[in-house]
Amino acid sequence: MFIHQFLFVVFGLICVAGAINLLVQRHPINSALSLVVVMASLALIYLLLGAEFVAAIQLIVYAGAIMVLFVFVIMLLNAGAEERSRGSQIALFIGVPGVVVLATTVAWLMGQSANRLGDVSISPSDFGETHAIARLLFRDFLLPFEITSVLILIAIMGAVVLGKKESQ
Amino acid sequence: MIPLSWYLILSGILFSLGVFGFLLKRNIITIFMSIELMLNAVNLSFVAFANYWNTHPGTLPSGAGVLPLSGHIFVFFVMVVAAAEAAVGLAIIISVFRTRETLNVDRVNLLKL
Repeated sequence: MFIHQFLFVVFGLICVAGAINLLVQRHPINSALSLVVVMASLALIYLLLGAEFVAAIQLIVYAGAIMVLFVFVIMLLNAGAEERSRGSQIALFIGVPGVVVLATTVAWLMGQSANRLGDVSISPSDFGETHAIARLLFRDFLLPFEITSVLILIAIMGAVVLGKKESQ
Repeated sequence: MIPLSWYLILSGILFSLGVFGFLLKRNIITIFMSIELMLNAVNLSFVAFANYWNTHPGTLPSGAGVLPLSGHIFVFFVMVVAAAEAAVGLAIIISVFRTRETLNVDRVNLLKL
């Protein structure tokens, strides 16, 4: 049981360090690679929660497909270091303190109610296994599943239309 | 046995870092990556609550036909939408770069050029 807490702390710290590195780096390719680190360690945290299928698609879809798309675009556009410009003053003076207040409120509330919420653990049942998810997805959530496939089709067509060079 | 609050605090920290990136970064690709970070943070709390409801069935909202595994299904749908969003968003970034030759959001202040 103690090994679970140890693994959570290690991968949670890697997650937060990767996210901070995403903010600190000025070059987009470094930010993209640190986001891959965040996603991979999140997949390990999903495994600690017994979500095997979600951990697998986190690695394959997010860390694999989506981030490769990002890296492709960064290389295609030859994106250099970020320019320093002033940006929005409203975002700086209202947004940032607002986020700090939000984060401290969430952390404080969770710390207060930690005893009432209780623990999570890996259950011995088939919870999170692929066939249980597939049964739910293809039976109870069949209509949303079909709608997302139409959404993906529209997104593919939109990406092709937007990425096409203007005809002379 | 990890407290549920640890997962939610980690999720909150990642979400806040994503919002910071969205507000403070000036490169349009990095801003887009911050949005992906926020989606990941929300996914973490979905999975944590799914596991929590599986091990504590008594805390489920009464009357609602909530299956604990629905959290995983929602994460699946969030990932599908994130993939579609990444494809369309990166195509928009490419077309913005083609017309303006810049990735700085402060120089992209007109809808049409």
